Amino acid sequence: MGDGALSVWEKSSTARVVPSAHPRKLAKVPFVELADGRLQGVVSSGSDIGRVYVSSVEAGTYAFACSTNNNRPCGGARGWFCNHIRALISEAVLQYGVERVGRYLKVEVSGGASADAGSLTDAMTAVRPGQGDSSAAAQVFSRFLRHLAYLELAPSTAPLPEMQWFPTTRAVA
Amino acid sequence: MVPDDEGGGLMRADLLTDAVDGLDEALAAVDGFDEVLVAGLLRPQPAQAHGLAALAEAVAGSPLAARVAEAAEKTAAGAAGEDHFVALAAARTALLGSVHDALVLRVEEAVGRPRDEQSAATAGDAEYAVNLLTAARSWLCDVARAGWQGIDHELVGGAVPVVSAMLPDAALRRLATLLDGFAAELAASCPGATLERVPVRRWADLWSRAMLLTVPGAAASAPGVTEASGRLLPLGVDVQEHATAVQAQVHAVFEPADGGTPRLVRASVSAPKPDTVVGAGLWQLLRPHMSLLAAVSEGRAMELDAMPVTGEGDLIWDDARARTGEPAEVFATARVALPTAAAFPTAPLDRHPARIAVPVLLEGYAVEEGEDGVAFQVAGQRLAVDTDRVPAAGPLTPEVVASSGACVGLLRWDAGEFLVQPLAVERTVRKKSVAVHAGAWAGGTTDKAGVRAEKAATDAVTVLRERAGRLLRK
Repeated sequence: MGDGALSVWEKSSTARVVPSAHPRKLAKVPFVELADGRLQGVVSSGSDIGRVYVSSVEAGTYAFACSTNNNRPCGGARGWFCNHIRALISEAVLQYGVERVGRYLKVEVSGGASADAGSLTDAMTAVRPGQGDSSAAAQVFSRFLRHLAYLELAPSTAPLPEMQWFPTTRAVA
Repeated sequence: MVPDDEGGGLMRADLLTDAVDGLDEALAAVDGFDEVLVAGLLRPQPAQAHGLAALAEAVAGSPLAARVAEAAEKTAAGAAGEDHFVALAAARTALLGSVHDALVLRVEEAVGRPRDEQSAATAGDAEYAVNLLTAARSWLCDVARAGWQGIDHELVGGAVPVVSAMLPDAALRRLATLLDGFAAELAASCPGATLERVPVRRWADLWSRAMLLTVPGAAASAPGVTEASGRLLPLGVDVQEHATAVQAQVHAVFEPADGGTPRLVRASVSAPKPDTVVGAGLWQLLRPHMSLLAAVSEGRAMELDAMPVTGEGDLIWDDARARTGEPAEVFATARVALPTAAAFPTAPLDRHPARIAVPVLLEGYAVEEGEDGVAFQVAGQRLAVDTDRVPAAGPLTPEVVASSGACVGLLRWDAGEFLVQPLAVERTVRKKSVAVHAGAWAGGTTDKAGVRAEKAATDAVTVLRERAGRLLRK
């Protein structure tokens, strides 16, 4: 082979690209994702069972937004990360691991192996991020609904040969 | 334990490490094309034209020759249409099909089991939502033009509405599930320009396969269905998952009631899922839809009555056509029934090295534990063990595998070498032989760690269902 030879990982059909989500309790933050250039998700209201908050932090700028699913602004997110956003960051770190969340948000976390959700949050608040606009809330909420809709889809006993490319893995985020 | 019987159960491991004629050449042509997709097909450079020409040349002796030659030429000139991309995907698939065939032949020699020559017949067409297939193809072509280094969130996000529209349609489930897993990987890797390394063969595999599944009728080419009545003896469970889908496949020996040749079969159950349903939650999702999972956990056979089975050996499971049978020990099945069981042929579209999963029994090996994991020394040959494929929600751990003396597993091939994926192992504990199964928790468990995992998974799904019930239909 010449210098263009591929590594074993590059030549693998079943290389693991995205590790499985780490299991976590969902009651407080039922939905978290790293998408659209944001850490975004849905946080259950502590007081009203029918209400949820849509919270997000933008990668790079850490511009944050938090509002209810009916588009009312969150009272706690005036000029500062509210508790919903802090919970969102904590749960994202549980689900994806601190490294992946940090990389996605472009946060330089000090502390190396001992870095956690707290150090990630501190690193972001230290640059005094501004308030982002909450226009993405509707989109995030609809992505959450799409996510929930996966539970409504019927299982099947017809074989899916394509899943051979997605072996389970013991490695989690 | 050293087996007394050195008969049909033992494997000629030496054949698995010998070179296979023509394999390197075929894979070199595949690699050449795969490199083309890294930079994308929008403005092909001379090196890419070379990769495309080499692909065309590799299939020059096949019925695809003329179409692929034209596609390679148009693509190199930056003037390709979607049909040309389909032709390139077909050429790559055909090459890997030949690699699959050569590897399977080698495996058959190594395990020394009978094979069934009867070819897999093709079933008739069903009806398709052609517009969705067209939309999927259009997205795949955009991705190929951009190349893996050119992907960004907007481009990758284009798959979302297509997948959402496809998932509810059972006839489109295969393509939808593939695109969903593929797009999620691409999204997690955006922007492509800053990728440190690219899973070159993997993404080209996923792209090619998805391209071919956009051809109406391709996904329905599951070979003709017949009925199976007799005894089903499970060997173990293989679990596959990506963020939003899971499939469990039970590998088993089927003994026809009419005394015909025993066959190697699979029974599958799959479900779409939210990405937070993992571990024991996967078993909970699948368990209610296939009674076989409970039989596997209990170590029992099942009696089948007119169960549909495809020409590829896939049972289309229906609980109404199965009832729980006598206790059946996996290692007894592997020692007695497996050596006489014949494999079904593989359907044309499924011929790919990633599809190879041949049940084998290994005994009398030495265990090597190194930095790159566990390996077995079988008859003087090193066989890598893919312990990472053992589901996390189960009692079989890499440590247990490393202390085993016998293993029932699936022989697989990836990145140039054969591997064994453990389904169950036997180890000696206080002078007694104990079997540990990867799928032991499939039907439920009383194991302490297992019960805790089940409880956590139940809570997760309960919360999601509650949220869904409250928010979804408003």
